[in-house]
Parts: sequence; structure tokens; C-alpha cells
Amino acid sequence: MRNTISTMARSASALAAAAIVAGGISSASAEETIKVGVLHSLSGTMAISETTLKDTVLFMIDEQNKKGGVLGKKLEAVVVDPASNWPLFAEKAKELIAQEKVAVVFGCWTSVSRKSVLPVFKELNSILFYPVQYEGEESERNVFYTGAAPNQQAIPAVDYLAKEEGVERWVLAGTDYVYPQTTNKILQAYLKSKGVAEEDIMINYTPFGHSDWQTIVSDIKKFGSAGKKTAVVSTINGDANVPFYKELANQGIKATDIPVVAFSVGEEELAGIDTANLVGHLAAWNYFQSVEDPANAEFIKKWKEFTKNDKRVTNDPMEATVIGFNAWVKAVEKAGTVDVDKVIDTLPGIEVANLTGGTSKVLPNHHITKPVLIGEIKDDGQFDVVWKTDGLVPGDAWTDFLEGSKDLESDWVDLKCGNYNTKTKKCGADS
Amino acid sequence: MILRNIDRAGWVFLGMVITAGILIPVLNLAVPPGSFLHVPDYLVPLLGKYLCFALLAISIDLIWGYAGILSLGHGAFFALGGYAMGMYLMRQIGTRGVYADPILPDFMVFLNYKELPWFWHGFDMFWFAAIWVLLAPGLLAFVFGWLAFRSRVTGVYLSIITQAMTFALMLAFFRNDMGLGGNNGFTDFKDILGFNIQAAETRGVLFFLSAMALAGGYLMCRLIVTSKLGKVLVAVRDAESRTRFIGYRVEYYKLFVFTLSAMIAGIAGALYVPQVGIINPSEFAPANSIEMVIWVAVGGRGTLVGAALGALVVNAGKTWFTGALPELWLFALGGLFVFVTLFLPKGILGTLGTGWDKLHRGSPKKESAPAVAVPDAAE
Amino acid sequence: MGFAFFRRLALTLLLALTVFAIQFPARADAVDDALALFTTDSFNDTTKAIDGLVASGHANTLPILRALADGKLLYDPGSKAVFYKDDAGALLNARTATPSSADASLLKAVRLNNRLRRAVEAARGGLALLAPEPERRRTAAEAVFKSRDANALPTLDAAIGKETDARAKAAMELARAAIVVTFPGASEQDRLAAVNTIAARGDGDAAALLRSLPADLPESVKAAAADAVDGIEARLAVWAALQNILYGVSLGSVLLLAAVGLAITFGQMGVINMAHGEMVMIGAYTTFVVQDVIRNNAPWLFDYSLFMAIPLAFLVAAAVGIAIERSVIRFLYGRPLETLLATWGISLILIQSVRSIFGPTNREVGTPSWMAGSLDLGGLSLTYNRVAIIVFAALVFVALLLVLKKTALGLQVRAVTQNRRMAAAMGIRTDWIDAMTFGLGSGVAGMAGVALSQIDNVSPNLGQGYIIDSFMVVVFGGVGNLWGTLVGAMTLGIANKFLEPYAGAVLGKILLLIAIILFIQKRPRGLFALKGRAVEA
Repeated sequence: MRNTISTMARSASALAAAAIVAGGISSASAEETIKVGVLHSLSGTMAISETTLKDTVLFMIDEQNKKGGVLGKKLEAVVVDPASNWPLFAEKAKELIAQEKVAVVFGCWTSVSRKSVLPVFKELNSILFYPVQYEGEESERNVFYTGAAPNQQAIPAVDYLAKEEGVERWVLAGTDYVYPQTTNKILQAYLKSKGVAEEDIMINYTPFGHSDWQTIVSDIKKFGSAGKKTAVVSTINGDANVPFYKELANQGIKATDIPVVAFSVGEEELAGIDTANLVGHLAAWNYFQSVEDPANAEFIKKWKEFTKNDKRVTNDPMEATVIGFNAWVKAVEKAGTVDVDKVIDTLPGIEVANLTGGTSKVLPNHHITKPVLIGEIKDDGQFDVVWKTDGLVPGDAWTDFLEGSKDLESDWVDLKCGNYNTKTKKCGADS
Repeated sequence: MILRNIDRAGWVFLGMVITAGILIPVLNLAVPPGSFLHVPDYLVPLLGKYLCFALLAISIDLIWGYAGILSLGHGAFFALGGYAMGMYLMRQIGTRGVYADPILPDFMVFLNYKELPWFWHGFDMFWFAAIWVLLAPGLLAFVFGWLAFRSRVTGVYLSIITQAMTFALMLAFFRNDMGLGGNNGFTDFKDILGFNIQAAETRGVLFFLSAMALAGGYLMCRLIVTSKLGKVLVAVRDAESRTRFIGYRVEYYKLFVFTLSAMIAGIAGALYVPQVGIINPSEFAPANSIEMVIWVAVGGRGTLVGAALGALVVNAGKTWFTGALPELWLFALGGLFVFVTLFLPKGILGTLGTGWDKLHRGSPKKESAPAVAVPDAAE
Repeated sequence: MGFAFFRRLALTLLLALTVFAIQFPARADAVDDALALFTTDSFNDTTKAIDGLVASGHANTLPILRALADGKLLYDPGSKAVFYKDDAGALLNARTATPSSADASLLKAVRLNNRLRRAVEAARGGLALLAPEPERRRTAAEAVFKSRDANALPTLDAAIGKETDARAKAAMELARAAIVVTFPGASEQDRLAAVNTIAARGDGDAAALLRSLPADLPESVKAAAADAVDGIEARLAVWAALQNILYGVSLGSVLLLAAVGLAITFGQMGVINMAHGEMVMIGAYTTFVVQDVIRNNAPWLFDYSLFMAIPLAFLVAAAVGIAIERSVIRFLYGRPLETLLATWGISLILIQSVRSIFGPTNREVGTPSWMAGSLDLGGLSLTYNRVAIIVFAALVFVALLLVLKKTALGLQVRAVTQNRRMAAAMGIRTDWIDAMTFGLGSGVAGMAGVALSQIDNVSPNLGQGYIIDSFMVVVFGGVGNLWGTLVGAMTLGIANKFLEPYAGAVLGKILLLIAIILFIQKRPRGLFALKGRAVEA
């Protein structure tokens, strides 16, 4: 970094401040370590969800170092705060890769933050593990998606409701951004393919942080009183959920009347709500804290010790982070190096134990196999698993229910392509 | 004639900006990476971003420091310029998008758009986008200013409705139905005018252009504030009613600088987007606009150079703090704002300027710090 | 079909037997079979277990079902014995209803899902129709109305015959009508009468029931049902408009609460207090702390937690406000725009402080039991917590008016606002008044936080969501005028709720913001502008 500073000192002194910035971050380390980047917002609107994931990565690094690190070297976390600011995500990603020379980055929550850092990871050729359920429609060489794709969450949840609860009428309620929009487009197409009529689907979008749900909840109530069994499929984003559930409870909508199945509400979100009135509402995830499994019990115990907080909960994106982390460690050990290209080539096919008693496998499309679980909210803020897929579901990057993506396929092992068109037999637009 | 109007701080500033504009790309491109003098690749767009913010700060200082118009919505003009550029860059992606659609950007394909919305036509041509970089913020500022200044909305009322404006735009741009990418906005740009946007050469050129834009923006604003027009603006700031009674059509003066300032902000936004690689509605967030005003206050309101300096200092601080003190940086930033308002009421440059004058008595450069003893017209 | 009918009939008979003949000895093996099905941890088996238990006529059926619904039905995975806990928490053997000494820690609860919950409710409804308390009979009838479980018909008939409580009887007749209208073999007259009974109920549930009648009913019944639905819907449309106004008032009172503190700090003192939202947040966190202390030390006081939180939130927020005023803002009077910068910095510091102390995630603030549920008036329905917020907003507003108009402090505050120097010359300690005024505004914001904790996230970002809306309200209403704030909040609240159904939540809000911008052009100083020389000073 010294060269940076001396260069800058020669240039405009007005820019000197910026140069110190560049120089100041580099942390000299005496013993050789492998650096692991953590790119989660610690302030701003997303801090509420992402801080936990930062702690999870630190926890995993700590555990790994207790076992002697990786390839005989200790792991060292480099934590930065992109502050829920999307351009800052790209800037911080650059800082981690180009300046800190991290071997891998764990980070991002929102789709926009992932989209913002994508070009950076491609340009500087590094690895990002993305641990959150998302809308799919993406498969990049430098990214591994350990959260659920739509076919690992949304579609099984709808199937469950139709089969188990006899739901015939659907409210698709979401926050107006790309994940709900895409998920709802997929679900709409899926439901129609199952013979649900247009008038039996109600779609509603609200802005981020929407807090006045009176009108919408009473609309849902009205929509649900048409005589057919109705359910709400909620892709409402984090912040808006608490007032939404509070309004549901207050307007007396019980899970036995109109069940709500949510894709973004987990243990962490419920920790902020009095769940007594929400018992029976559902969530679809690939992991619940309440899953009875020795590996899970062990993880929860250690996590509570690490955070020194007996009330800390675990959730699905945490499990996704754990799977991603373990897969990376395994791949590095198998490849015998942290070299980005070699690790990327080694990762597909790697199998690691997940926390629900199964073994998740990294697929050639850079997604992983996961079980799908449906849980009902209990009065203690935990979930009761009421349904589970028989085996593991492989993540599908390109959904079959959208016009533009049904012909696309992703395979980074044989085809070396994230968007291979099975009709034109071409990778993207390449000839 | 132009040159006479520039004070010492201005010369130093111009010198530095132009030197940096040339030197940094050269040191990045011509000097081999191992060398002592090499500027790393990632630093060029980062510094380029600071320059765009500095230009934006100057545009705010022009209206706030000299005409007493406190806009809490300048981020909107910046973002509109950015969106115009972003639309051009999106059209340049062409078949390299994930769906390989030659016309439609990716987000339109997966949201099932059948054809390009009407307002996207023409943005495949650079000149067309370049016109809209100026026109979109300019028109909005003109209409908004015409309505507001004509009905003599001033002070906090004006500040609050500019905030309402940017808030409304943020909500609107968040809507996926707008056809502008919703929350994700535009990313993953490939080319600008046929050059690879990630190439070091392109970035060097963009950096150079940003530096030139900053220098040019400064010169233009400096020219305005030292002209007769500038004197009228200061009169408006200090006593709007009196100026009106003397016979000046106050609203026209204000409208002119407000529109001009919005267009400069638009240019800053257009240069910002290709360097950071993303434009999305969070740029419209009212908090962003407030922060921009704070840059100006930190550097020194009513000094132009100070505004640019403030933008650099605050943003460099942010870059550093978010990396070095990820858990505590908000304390540092918040503390800085409180410290500056309490102890450096004239900003960094204003305070330095006073100190300088004390050392060299006999150079009563009044223009360099007109923020002194301003009875706040915006009250 | 025929078989199913007979099976149903048989079930019905058995159910009737359960109810009437408590003494009747239940078949031992049937009960054991049913109870055994509870222990397999399969939802399908549990369904069978419920049916079997009801059919067995076991004397203990009702307590077992109640325990099941409450998650207190337990089983031993080893011995397959079933137990339940009664209200006192004592462990009883389900078979014999005698106290058991089994180790509770080894037992597992029988799990439920929504389908089972509905089945349990229906079964309990059928059984509880003859409960001694009229209120329980009525809720049981409501449950039958919802489940339309034909099995309950004989019990229902018997219960109606014996019923003395008018409300319970009406509910039972409705429930009966709901069953009869689709009951196989019911006559056309019976069905028509049933449709009329249901139509008389006149609410959304009734319309829903009538709309969902099967297609194989006689034409006359279908026509009557369609007419009834039309009638109900027309009435509901009128109610819906009124309901919208009510929602608007409720949203308006939230805005009023959030903005009224700002109306003082910004309106009276001219301080652009960007940390106002954080005062609201501090109030909400105070509520959390109060509830946390109560939960850990005195759970029986929980229902009064908000009453304790209100004065505390006022004091805490006021103290923080005064500290800010004394340490920062008092140096900035006469430079209002610089207060914006300083308070913005303060707000960042406050947010991060709260994040460091309480963590970044939402904290749980519970709703006292008296605030749960909703108030139904005709076709109008407003949840009790909204009612409470409306009442609370009104009280705060009136209290504030009284403080400003009727107390010495208020007089001095107004004097300082109007002419600081003259007020000082008259012997008012303007310094002290400034601190008190800022404290008052901050304290009121803190109280707003108590109310908002009931409907929104209690997270470090709570305040950020309200700051812009609050400024809009104050500016729209007219700076320096409390009545303007009231009218502004209500207008914005109601307009928002009227736009929402047509334009959607997002577009509605955008339109409203544009409307405010245009309105300010017409009246550059808000709805209730201060007049006179003081304005230009």
C-alpha cells in the first residue's frame, strides 16, 4: 500500500484524504493467513437482517480456526460495512478483492446488492457466496447461490397449501421489488397451469417499509370471503412484515380462516413479534431452528455460546451461509489451493452436510440441493415443521414458468455457460 | 476576463483538479503495476466518483451558498442525469444480456414486456441520451422552480417540498411498472461509445472527463457568482424582499440558477453511473440529498471550492470509516457533522480562509468567504 | 355417497349419544384405538383420532380436545400413553382423567396443523353447544356456523330447544341455517327459510356463505341467495366508504402523533429537527424496556405496561431532547438550516447507539390483551389498538393545546416564539424556555413512540420512516399552528386512504406528495399560515 500513498502524495493534495483512505485500510498481518471477505450491511435498512449473517461468518471462521484453519493457514475475516447502500456494495467489493486480496467473499442479502457487485466479481474474478432465497433468473460463474431458488421454496409451498389445506383462491402479496415480482409471475403462471382461474388470484404490491396495512388486510379479508378457501402467499419484505402480521392479528384473521405462507419471515423476524395470534401461519424455508437433528442441535448450542446470548435464534439464511462456508472449505482442501479458478472448478459436486439431516450438493449451475420444509408458526416464535419434501430438491436457476427463461439452462461444468439456450444451442448470444 | 475572476483558492483548486485529472490516469496506465508510482485500477473509478460528488456539491453551493435556495432534493437531479446515462448504457448491452434479447434489457424480459416502452426509444444513440442528461433534470427544475419561485415559496417550505419531490420520485422509480428496472435499477453495463466500460483505458478517460467537468463546472459557477448576476443572487439571498422592491424580478434570477444547478447535477450523475456501475432509485432517497447539503456545509458554504472539498472529505471519510470501523463509523460521521456545525460554522475552507486572512492582513478577499454573517434568508 | 351419508348419520347419532348420555359407558377398545392414533405423530392419524374419540363418546372427550387445541395434549413416545394438562397445569391421564405421575419432560405434545385445528374447532363446537355458560354456547355456535359440520345438526336442534339466552339462540339458529341450506334431503321451504336467516345476518361472512352455495340446489333457493347477496353487497359498499374514512382517521392520528412533537420543535422554535424520528424511536424502545422488566419481574402487570411506558417514554425522550438542546442546538439559534445538519448528525449517532445497545433486529413489544381484537359497529370494524391510538392522539393533542394556551410555561413559550428579545426584557428566561420547549416536543415524540410500537417495528430505523411524513404534515398544516397540524394530519390520512383503493398504496402516496407540492404553490405558508409581521422576521 505504501506505493499508493506515495503516488498520491505527489498528486493533488486535495485528493490526499482519499489516498489515506486507500492506504489506511490495509491491515498488516505478520503470519500468513487466508483472508475471507464479509460483505453484509451493518447499518441502514438491511442491518436488521444482515448483521446476523456477518456474525455467522465470523462464527464459522472461528470454528474452522479451532480445527486448525484451512491448508494449514488460519482464516482471517475482513469485515466491511456497505451500509445498505447499493453503489457502496460495489465499491466495498472492489476494496475486498483488489485491495484486501480476499480469497472468497460471503455477502449480500437483497437482489439489488448482488446485481451491484456482480460486474465487480466478474471483472476481478473472485468468488461470492450468496446465502439468501432469491428470484432465480441468474447463474454466474463467480457466484454460488446457497439460498433457495423459486422451485425450492415458492412452488412447493403453493403445492402444500393446495393439497393439504384445499386452497383454491390466492392472494399474492409482496413488496414492489424484483424478488416478489418475479416470484409472483412464476406462481401466477404455475397456478394457472394448475387450472386456477384469473379471478381467483389477487396480486398486491406495497412499497418498502409499508406500515399502514388496514386497507390491504381488509381487502384480503373481503377477497377471502368469496366462499372458496383462500390463502395469502406473502413475499412481503422484512420491515413491512411486523405491521402486516400485527394488522392481521388485530383484524382477527386466524390461520384457520386465511393462512398466510411467507417466504421472507423466519425466526429472526418473528423475534420482534408477539406470535400468540399468529399460530398456524406458515413459512416455507429449507431450514428451521426447530428441526430435530443432532447436527442442528450442536450448531445451535455453539452459536449461542459464540454470541453469548441464550436467546439468539438461527434461521435459513444462516444455514445457507454455513453450507456455503463448508462447501468452500471442502473445495479449497480438495483443490489444495485458494486459487479462484481452481476453487470454482472444484466446487460443483462438493457435498456437505446441511443442518436438517441431509447432504447438500453443489450443482453445476452453482445452486445447491436442499430439502423444502413448511413450518407453522408456534406461540414461542419458533416453527413447527408440518411438511417436508421426501428428498432434496435441486435448485433451478431458470424457471420453466416464464416465457424468457424456460429454454435456458445453466451448466458451468460441461457447457461452461450460465445461460445456455437449449433451442438455439447457443450460450447467450454467442455464435 | 474570465481569469481575473478567480481567486487564489480557485487557482489552487483548478490546478489540482486538472493535474489530478491528467496525472492519475497516466500513472494508472503508463506506469507498470509493480512500480512505486502506479495507481491501482480500483482507485481510479473510486476517485472518479468523488469528483462527480464534488461537481454535485458545487452545483448545490451555487444555489444555496449564493442564492439562498436550500434544496433538499438535489439528489433527484443527479439521479435523473444518471438514469438518462443508464438508459443509454442498458441499450448498449444488446444481446449480451442473459436472455440475449437484442432490444429488451433483461429486467423487461423476465417481467414479460413484449416491446420497448415508448420512452426508451432513442436511448440507443449517445447524443440523444446526452441531451436528456441535461434536459431531464433541467426540465424538472424549470417546472418545479417556475411554480415555486413564482408563488414565492421560500425557506424551509421550499426545502421541504424539494424533499417531497425527490421522495415522490423515489417511490415512482421503485415501481417496477415504471419500466425503469424498479428497485434493482440498471447494472452490468458493458460498453460506452463502443469502449469496454471495465477497461482501464475507458476508466482513465472517464476520470479525466470527470476532472474536466469539475473544473469546467467550477469555472462556470465562479463566473456567475462574480458577475453582476451573482451580485443580484447574493442580494436575493440576504434580503429577498428588498431586492424585489428595488425592481429585480427575483424569481427569474432564482429560476435561472436553479435550472442551471440541476443541469450541472445531471452531468455529475451521468459521469457517476459508468464509474460506479449502478444506478437505482435509492439515489433519490431524501437522506442522500440531505447528505449532499452536508458536504457543502462541511467544506464551507458559499465558497464553491469549499463545497468540492467537503464532498471529497466526507466521502473519503465514509470510504475509510466503513472499512476500518464497520461497526462504529456512524458515530464518527455523525460526530463530524455536529463538530463542523458547532466549531467550524463556516466550514473547513471558511475557517482556513479566516485564518489565512489573519496571517496576511490587508488582503480583504470578501468574495472568498461570503458566508460570513449571512442573515439566513431561508428562514 | 350413500355410504358416506350413513356413516355420517352414525357419527351424528354417536355424537348425540356423547352429549346426552355422559353416563353411557364408552366402548373401551374404541377409545384406546383413538388415543393410540394420537401417538403416531402423523396428521392423518390425528384426524382419525379426533373422529374416533368423538365417536367413542368418551366422557373425557371435551377436555382432551381442549388440551389438543392448546397444545397440551401429550404422549409418551415409548409407552404410547396419552396425557393432558389441565388449566392448573396438573398432568392427567387421558384415558382415566386421573392425575398421573409420568415424567413430563419425556412427553411430546401432539402436533397440529391448520386442517386439524379446524377439525378440533368443529368437534369442540359440536360438543360445547350444551356447555353451561351462554358465552361458550354462543362461540360454539359461531364455530359451527363456520365449519357447517352437518354432524352437529341433531345437537344443534336439541340445543336450540333448550336455549334461553337470546344471543346464543340467534347464533345457533344461524348455524343451523348454514347447515340446513346445503343439508342433503332438506326441503325447499327449509332451505329458503335458511337463506333468509343467513341474509338477515347481513355481513361479509353471510355473503360469502350464500355466494358459495353448490350449484345443485333448486332455482328458487339460488335466486333467493343471489338477491340476498346483492342486498348485502349494496349495504356493505356504503359501509366500506365509511370504513375508509375511519381508516383515514386512524392513519391520520398516527401521523398526528408522529408530527405533533415536530410542530413544537419545528413550528414553535424553528429548529429543523432531523432527529425527531429518533425521539419517537427512543419512546418505542422505552416501551420495550418497560415490558421487558415487567415480563421478568411482574408478569401480572403486563396489561398496564403501556400506561407505565407513556410517562417514562415522555421523560426519557424529553431528557434526551433537553440534553441535545443544551449541548448542541442552543449554539445554533438564528441559524435554522445549520440545526438541520447538526441534528442529522445526532440522528445518525442515536440510531447507531440504539443499534449497539439493543442490537440491529426488531425487539418484541407485546400488545396488552385489552387492545387485541376489533370493535364492530354495524358494518364498521376498527381494531382496538387503532381505537386506542385515535383516542391517545386526541388526548395528547388536547393536553398539548392546554399546556400551550393555559399554563405559564405555554404563555412563555409563545412569548419567546413571537418576540424573543421582548420576552427576555420582560424577565422570561428564554434559555430555560428554549430547553423546556425542546424537551416538551421531544417528550411528545417519545409518547408517540409508545403508540407506534403497537403497530410498527421496534427497530433502530423506526424513526426514519416517519420523519418525512411528519415534515409534510407540519408544513402542509402551517408551521407554528397546532390546529394546522391536526387538520394536516387528518387530511393527509383520509386522502391517502381514499386514493389507496384506486391507485394502489405506492401511486396513492406519490399523488399525495404531488398534491402537497402543488398546494404549497397556492398557499406558500401552509393551510393555517401565521399572519402579520412576525412571519417575515
